[in-house]
Amino acid sequence: MNIIVCIKQVPDTTDVKINPETNTLIREGVDSIINPFDMYAIEEAVRLKERFGGTTTVLTMGPPQAQDVLREAISLGIDKAIHLSDRVFAGSDTWGTSLILSKAIEKIKDYDLIICGKQASDGDTAQVGPGIATHLDLPQATYVRKIDTVHLDTKPNVIIVERLLEEGYEILELQLPALITVVKEINEPRMPSLRGKMKARGAEIISWNNKDIDLEEDRIGLNGSPTQVIKIFTPPHKEGGKIFKGEPEEIVNELVKEIKDLL
Amino acid sequence: MSGIRIVLEKCVGCGLCLKVCPVNALIIDKNKAVIDYDKCTLCGSCVDSCKFEAIKILRKTITDNDLSNYKGVWVFAEQRDGEISSVVFELLAKARELAKDLDTYVGAVLLGKGIADRAQSLIHRGADKVFVADSDNLEHYISENYTKAIVSLVDKYKPEIILAGATTTGRSLVSRIAVNLYAGLTADCTGLDIDKDKKILIQTRPAFGGNIMAQIVSPNFRPQMATVRHKVMPESENNISRVGEIIKENFNENDLDGRIKFLDFIKEAIATVNLSEANIIVSGGRGLQELKNFKLVEDLAEVLGAAVGSSRACVDAGWIPYSHQVGQTGRTVCPKIYIACGISGQIQHLVGMQSSKTIIAINKDPDAPIFKVANFGIVGDLFKIIPLLIQKLKEKPKCLAV
Repeated sequence: MNIIVCIKQVPDTTDVKINPETNTLIREGVDSIINPFDMYAIEEAVRLKERFGGTTTVLTMGPPQAQDVLREAISLGIDKAIHLSDRVFAGSDTWGTSLILSKAIEKIKDYDLIICGKQASDGDTAQVGPGIATHLDLPQATYVRKIDTVHLDTKPNVIIVERLLEEGYEILELQLPALITVVKEINEPRMPSLRGKMKARGAEIISWNNKDIDLEEDRIGLNGSPTQVIKIFTPPHKEGGKIFKGEPEEIVNELVKEIKDLL
Repeated sequence: MSGIRIVLEKCVGCGLCLKVCPVNALIIDKNKAVIDYDKCTLCGSCVDSCKFEAIKILRKTITDNDLSNYKGVWVFAEQRDGEISSVVFELLAKARELAKDLDTYVGAVLLGKGIADRAQSLIHRGADKVFVADSDNLEHYISENYTKAIVSLVDKYKPEIILAGATTTGRSLVSRIAVNLYAGLTADCTGLDIDKDKKILIQTRPAFGGNIMAQIVSPNFRPQMATVRHKVMPESENNISRVGEIIKENFNENDLDGRIKFLDFIKEAIATVNLSEANIIVSGGRGLQELKNFKLVEDLAEVLGAAVGSSRACVDAGWIPYSHQVGQTGRTVCPKIYIACGISGQIQHLVGMQSSKTIIAINKDPDAPIFKVANFGIVGDLFKIIPLLIQKLKEKPKCLAV
């Protein structure tokens, strides 16, 4: 079973602090990490490979420093890493990004399953996974919390997955190749092994630019992207709230009054 | 030619842009900002940070798309088992405002099996036209089939705006539709307005877990599409004397995608109140100390008619299923009242709940970060406070009609 995992390098939000004077984000010295949801995608791919064999490939698009997350993925058990980097990719929105990733996946060719995290922690869109599935015309299941069964002896091959919804979950059967996006509940990611870390250090990272995937430049980057960010601002700061201290009886009486006003 | 450049005459080398760049693509050289084009992702953060208008992003203007044929503000009428999701009524209220500014109609798209009789209720709630496709093949939500159905409606009727709830269904569905139509899509909006000069949709959304807000437009592509966060906008009124048009559409059998099958839906027993639809959420954290104490949170939720949420710590400890987790790796919620019990307020939790309208925090540590976002902070022992609170609230049942 050949699996492709799409990941994104994001700023570590635990490090993000707000400058109280200017009310802007301080990004200086913020570490970059693998998007937290992508860790579950990587782990699921490695587990499937351990059960069914095949090759796992991790794919990311981003500036040169994004190579770091590819090495980390290898240390976690992924076999192959591909880095998509080109100045013409910069400024792509989710439409352009999913097109670029899908072109690279077409070039990789031989795959059964694509796994993405449910969304990235910086943009929070959850649009790139389904976007890739649409560009490639593949069936999709988003918010997957469990892969119940994998049938590789049937024609066509299928997987049965549980999809987490607001009020419960649904069970879907998908023909392979397919794309899934995963939520945290699906597994518990392992720590990198010492052997994995050694392997990652020396591993070859395959680098592709736009010449390798051959996309028209007016479909990607700033020009090809339908959406434009016109303004970024910090939300109005919450006023300091009211603090109640003292005897529980008194505090609760005051609080009940406030709750009553709110209802 | 598109790209980013520094206007050297205007740049004073203050370095503000360096601080906001998420990819460290800027340096100051000889008192001027310099961009490392290999690192820059053209995100635009620096443009807004510059007080001297010294950074410009240029893009090619596309003028050859004929956009004037697109009319109408559409809402995707999400339903399960014939029950229209309440987010749809919020969307209809907003759609009416937008349609007024654009001098056009409000449309609703209703897909499913045996749901045709729900169309009238969408008119009562603000739709002028309801496009209904009632088919066995649309009984269960399947992204691929719903996408085909809506794309063919868009091709036929050409709406200029399409809104959907930022639910698991809405987000997965419109992502596919937008790629299919080569249209712009903005996720999880909390504000929507019309630019009255340009007649385009201005979409406001949080990013970085609500630490920054972005305004996004899609001026050269149609339809302009957005998913909208639940509980941010008020619902439309139910006016049974409103009239409108119901347009029946067929689902083309050839559009059925045989590669994906719905097998079952399992409703989760504990989820008596859906987190994302709840007006009130009571959440528990590590401060509850052990599994049996989580019942305090559930009891408080019950007396308030609230949904039960949780910090990551309690989910990891196995006290409550993952579907209740609020925060970065769980759900983002926006209720009218969020009551955090024994939750210290790590940033990963705050990003999932800080846009709640009123936040009440109960914690014994006066320095807990949760108090920084709380409207009402109760410094005290939750094992004393919560039982008292439950008792007092039970005494005043009339105020609790939710």
